[in-house]
Amino acid sequence: MGMTMTQKVLAAHAGLPSVKPGQLIKAKLDLVLGNDITSPVAINEFNKAGFDQIFHQDKIALVMDHFTPNKDIKAAEQCKQCRTFAKQYHVKNYFDVGDMGIEHALLPEKGLVAPGDCVIGADSHTCTYGALGAFSTGVGSTDMAAGMATGEAWFKVPSAIKFNLTGKLNKWVSGKDVILHIIGMIGVDGALYRSMEFTGEGLKNLSMDDRLCMANMAIEAGAKNGIFEVDDVTLAYVKGRVDREYTVFQADSDAEYDEIYDIDLGSIKSTVSFPHLPENTKTIDEVGDIKIDQVVIGSCTNGRLEDMETAAAILKGRRVAEDVRAIVIPGTQSIYKECVKRGYAEIFIDAGCAFSTPTCGPCLGGHMGILAAGERAVSTTNRNFVGRMGHVDSEVYLASPAVAAASAVTGKISGPEAVLGK
Amino acid sequence: MNTKGFVHKYGDNVDTDVIIPARYLNTADAKELASHCMEDIDKDFVKNVQPNDIIVANYNFGCGSSREHAPLAIKTAGISCVIAKTFARIFYRNSINIGLAILECEEAADKIEGGDEVAVDFDTGIITNLTKNETYQAEPFPDFIKEIIHANGLLNSLKK
Repeated sequence: MGMTMTQKVLAAHAGLPSVKPGQLIKAKLDLVLGNDITSPVAINEFNKAGFDQIFHQDKIALVMDHFTPNKDIKAAEQCKQCRTFAKQYHVKNYFDVGDMGIEHALLPEKGLVAPGDCVIGADSHTCTYGALGAFSTGVGSTDMAAGMATGEAWFKVPSAIKFNLTGKLNKWVSGKDVILHIIGMIGVDGALYRSMEFTGEGLKNLSMDDRLCMANMAIEAGAKNGIFEVDDVTLAYVKGRVDREYTVFQADSDAEYDEIYDIDLGSIKSTVSFPHLPENTKTIDEVGDIKIDQVVIGSCTNGRLEDMETAAAILKGRRVAEDVRAIVIPGTQSIYKECVKRGYAEIFIDAGCAFSTPTCGPCLGGHMGILAAGERAVSTTNRNFVGRMGHVDSEVYLASPAVAAASAVTGKISGPEAVLGK
Repeated sequence: MNTKGFVHKYGDNVDTDVIIPARYLNTADAKELASHCMEDIDKDFVKNVQPNDIIVANYNFGCGSSREHAPLAIKTAGISCVIAKTFARIFYRNSINIGLAILECEEAADKIEGGDEVAVDFDTGIITNLTKNETYQAEPFPDFIKEIIHANGLLNSLKK
């Protein structure tokens, strides 16, 4: 039986000629990631277990992004613990305020993940790096501690669902709409324990930013990982970023899939996930009249340069509606800088948006944009669970940067056509 | 390995944001985390929970974030076992790694009601509903996972 992309990456890292679904393996890791929330728990476990060395100074990344710049004293203590650990063990890829970014925007940008890598991260959106053709999955802090100490992790080899993409996205429709559409179709546990593998001739029409956004939300369908076939777009992205050897893995032609979905990208419309689950999707023409209080454009899902570009194109020369607070958060320092250079920062500020240093902040109700009881936000983030962005009686509507920017202008959930005309 | 306790019953897709809201993640202190466990979905949970109680839920329990604070809060609150139809994979992994017992059993999730007294035999996977006088068979753990549990967590299992 042939292997899927994921199975090939896992077999190579387990030192096995082949693996099959359900098989338990121990795999060598190319990168172990943690953030300012999950790393302190991992460091405590690491110390408690009596480990006194890390497996590789270059293969651990600690990114202070969730509650930073430190939102309170406790958050400051957590970052301090991470900083001390990084210094003690000479962790090369430690990113703090001033050069940090949102982890899943930052690591691909820095070339820390390559095609064919095997990566774990103590953050559920670690699945983002599947966009580069890596096997990459979220774990907890104990797994992170074990990974830092041994450079290995245990996995149950997953089966896969294949998404065969064709056609081309319409204007103002993005990877976010595709992944929300897919989650709406298969549900929040539609890919539970499994891989989501993206392939097909439509792939060439998806930018890296679209792919990173789609792989990012694989977890929102319950998937173990999302992974994209490596093509010229991927290779062009990693060129000049990744400075080490890597291997490109392709699925065997006789690989077996639990299910195969054909998706015509040209048929996807702007899509919005209603509270309180990402699977509660409606297309923009079905949304109705929903007044909003806040817009957030940013996060590991949609804080990349193309997202900023889209938002700027819609907000240029316009004003955020009265009674709406709009918060724009680029994912990394280099994206932030590019926003300044290209004039997007000025557009956002002139439109009446807050324009922030990178942080996960509001996405998980941490800081920088918490909702009061009864308030509604349109957000380009990834989860709309009860209480996710603040009060338990607030609501989050997940959408693309185009829909979020348009909604900021109209004050209700709107597609870009409502602002720009057809 | 056995446990016996009273049941707190929940539905589908109980996510990690309601198990332990992110606003409390500025600490790794297990007792403090436990004091806010489930508060956005069941504000009386912390008040009502007794040592060895059991959580029973439907599909995709623990979906969302990778925060190990979620199983840790549940375990520290006194819960001895979570039974669900299915678990989100990171939650499943985290629970095993920190030594919170979890079992997948459709029939138990369908038939057990909140307040029932339930006993669990982890070695056989047999769940006994003492209130209703019924038994249900859960999927037993694979041997690999049993080894981690018997070693009292992943890190201890690595030290052998």
